[in-house]
Amino acid sequence: MQVKITVNGQPREDAVEPRMLLVHYLRDVAGLTGTHVGCETTLCGACTILMNGQAVKSCTMLAVQADGAKLTTIEGLAKNGQLHPLQEGFWEKHGLQCGFCTPGMIMAAVDLLSRNKNPSDEEIRHALEGNLCRCTGYQHIVEAVQYAAHKMR
Amino acid sequence: MAALPKFIGQPIRRREDPRLITGEGTYVDDVKLAGMLHAALMRSPYAHAKISSVDLSAARKHPGVICALSGEDLAGRLPSLPCVAPAQNVPEHPALARGKVRYVGDAVAIVVATDPYTARDAIDLITADFDPLPAVVDAEKALQPGAPLIHENFGTNLAAKAEMTPPGFDKAMSEADKTLKFRLVNQRLTPTMMEPRGVVAHWEHGYKQLTLWSSTQIPHLLRSQLADMLKLGENKIRVIAPEVGGGFGAKLNVYAEEALLGYLAMELDRPIKWIETRRENMAATTHGRGHVTYVEVGFKNDGAITAIKAKFFCDMGAYLQLLTPAIPSFTALMVPGCYRVGALAFEQNLIFTNKMATDAYRGAGRPEACYLIERTMDMVAAELGMDPVQVRRKNFIPKDAFPFTTAAGLQYDSGDYEGALNKALAMVGYDKLRTEQAAARQQGRYLGIGVSTYVEICGIGPSALLPPKLKGGGWESATVRVEPDSKVTVLTGVSPHGQGQETSFAQIAADALGIDIDDINVLHGDTAIVQYGIGTFGSRATALGGTALVMALGKVQEKMKTIASRLMEVPPQQLIFTNRTIALASDPSKSIPLQKVVEAAYGYKQPIPGVEPGLDASAFFEPSGCTFPFGTHIAVVEVDPQTGAVKFLRYVAVDDCGKIINPLLVDGQLQGGIAQGLGQALYEETVYDENGQLVTASLMDYAIPKAQMVPAIEMANTVTPTNLNPLGVKGVGEAGTIGSTPCVANAVMDALKPFGIRHIDMPLKPEKIWRAIQEAKQAKKG
Repeated sequence: MQVKITVNGQPREDAVEPRMLLVHYLRDVAGLTGTHVGCETTLCGACTILMNGQAVKSCTMLAVQADGAKLTTIEGLAKNGQLHPLQEGFWEKHGLQCGFCTPGMIMAAVDLLSRNKNPSDEEIRHALEGNLCRCTGYQHIVEAVQYAAHKMR
Repeated sequence: MAALPKFIGQPIRRREDPRLITGEGTYVDDVKLAGMLHAALMRSPYAHAKISSVDLSAARKHPGVICALSGEDLAGRLPSLPCVAPAQNVPEHPALARGKVRYVGDAVAIVVATDPYTARDAIDLITADFDPLPAVVDAEKALQPGAPLIHENFGTNLAAKAEMTPPGFDKAMSEADKTLKFRLVNQRLTPTMMEPRGVVAHWEHGYKQLTLWSSTQIPHLLRSQLADMLKLGENKIRVIAPEVGGGFGAKLNVYAEEALLGYLAMELDRPIKWIETRRENMAATTHGRGHVTYVEVGFKNDGAITAIKAKFFCDMGAYLQLLTPAIPSFTALMVPGCYRVGALAFEQNLIFTNKMATDAYRGAGRPEACYLIERTMDMVAAELGMDPVQVRRKNFIPKDAFPFTTAAGLQYDSGDYEGALNKALAMVGYDKLRTEQAAARQQGRYLGIGVSTYVEICGIGPSALLPPKLKGGGWESATVRVEPDSKVTVLTGVSPHGQGQETSFAQIAADALGIDIDDINVLHGDTAIVQYGIGTFGSRATALGGTALVMALGKVQEKMKTIASRLMEVPPQQLIFTNRTIALASDPSKSIPLQKVVEAAYGYKQPIPGVEPGLDASAFFEPSGCTFPFGTHIAVVEVDPQTGAVKFLRYVAVDDCGKIINPLLVDGQLQGGIAQGLGQALYEETVYDENGQLVTASLMDYAIPKAQMVPAIEMANTVTPTNLNPLGVKGVGEAGTIGSTPCVANAVMDALKPFGIRHIDMPLKPEKIWRAIQEAKQAKKG
């Protein structure tokens, strides 16, 4: 099937199998491997991207469901070589270790900060409950999101 | 140029991060090669069954399928998977099952196809007939007469048995005023690293060289084992561990898929990729823990422990993976904890069950020991009506007693257990908390305060402590190469996968050479680039790999000083490295730029007579002993008696990992470790049903902690250096996990004290707690 999808501002047109998962479209067709597959069941959040500005888990969506959509992946977050405040926060606050959950975690946090500019620590923890991290214990992730929230206000 | 700061001890943000926060890191699944094929595995749906037939014909005919193989097809072509640790009964472990399947997830067949979707379609076309056999799920029952045998040739389900009762043990036990006996379950856990395993194998026919990307913690050790299995020279296998998305011990192994892909890439002469699904990861990547322990403790009325006897039933699973039978030995060795236990006796039964193999999982034997001894301390305190802190103080090894040989025969390097305890008690306001707890109990609120004073063992060495079949000892390696432009390349034999040694090792090298951290590039995880190394596990990387780096730096420094002394006409021993120069220690204004020395070393004009050109050095550090980090964790929880839910009110962690290279990384290791440890205490449990079906086969069913399930941790350190390495570092990768589990369990039990509840086995789920409360209430009424 033919799909028209804008990925990180670049319009694309591709022929895809109807059953192709959106995350595989991003990784294997668009060549953007920053979005990771951790569980294929929507449970870990490593594949989180933004679809029309909202966080979605790309491992349980079909590429054809994104036809006509605007997608942002981790690769599209920095603008003109300038890191997004959340990327900066994760770096400054040691919000990542192995880095596998990080792209999804950052995209979920982008969604949170677009809805809530001044989240409490509890609100951050709650907003990220669909994104699992096995390395950090989340404390530095919470600090990273607070860093970004502060910077973006 | 501005003066350079000292980097060691600073919270430097990680040099790994820019690529990882922008999605530019390369994990195994990101490796793409021209003409690459994709593999998928058919796995056993039964825990224990005879394989009657595996019909691959439909799969082989499916368009896009290149090959499909069963265990019988591989017979005689691929040797048994390695278990390098000694055990009386080491079973044959074929990469694809032959004759019988022995756990749910046991690989039965492999399909290689042009794309991953096709490979998985073809798996569904395989018709396999199984004759189910009764499964052995419970390790204790596996030893009962008449239990089904998992490996018939052994005539038993016992893999190995170890016993130690030292002379004088019975006397020590008889000197006790009181004894207690109890049973502890240290439940089986699923490591659940966020990146499942994955392999890409590429055979370059013309070069007769195999390159294998694997999500592994041990690229060199893996290479050695694969060379054996595939009958290739070690110089003809290149193992690359690219970005590795967490391991926690479960990637310290040699797996069927690594051997299968290497073998098939050579057979088919095509690159092949296999990426584990999460379901496979839960079922067929090693698990951890899985001990049932019967403890007998003897103690005086003042709380002094005279003797401990522990009888272990350790669940090995169906096969022995790389180090499976070695893990429980760390438990036995660490039972005394940080205490002067009078005498220790133990018996360990290592038992086959129809489950995935257990092996190293964060802590690897030490969390089981720490849980045992720290629960014991609280049991003794409860029995004597003493404060748990007082019982610990009574038994502590005093700080002036180091080096100290424990009842288990280990020599602890250094420690100040009372120092860490006092700091944690002050931070949490212990006495005030006890008052608040008493007041809360009056109001029907169930606050619990849990303490654990842990010690653990890191940087396992010397080499004699490791099994020879591992083909690598307790040492670690480093190479330092000062390039012609004065930039420095560090090659380390450790294989970091989140721990941050690209940063901390750059800090060490920058300080030694007086250069900027940005002028250092730390490389690892590629056996074609890096000299032989052992890898990252057992909290060994900095204590051993960091020391090897210091040694290699020392050799380079010596050579640079020799050259500088010739150029400056001063004795080399008066020279120091500072601010990109080599300078006179007594007068740093008298100096020569580092670059001038490098140019001389590389013979830009002409080499210094008598000095060999070039500027690099390698070093291998063999430790004389292990390091023993320690600390005190205190959890404050509230249990809701209506629901059994546990809520964290405080969590204080005071950890002592010796000297600290980068406090940001140390905090990160501890916080992550604590989250994993409290996961075991409250949430996590690998569950197989009575037929051996894996119930916790998805992240929906296996509860790793989410963000709102982990409290904010109040952290501090004490610093008691080790003298076993020049950096004074001990290790910190597993400390949080080891200290936190008993701390949280003790807190919950403390909260439940008014009900007369002494012990509930982990995980302390609301339902279990609620039931225990109901039973306790009934018992009181009855």
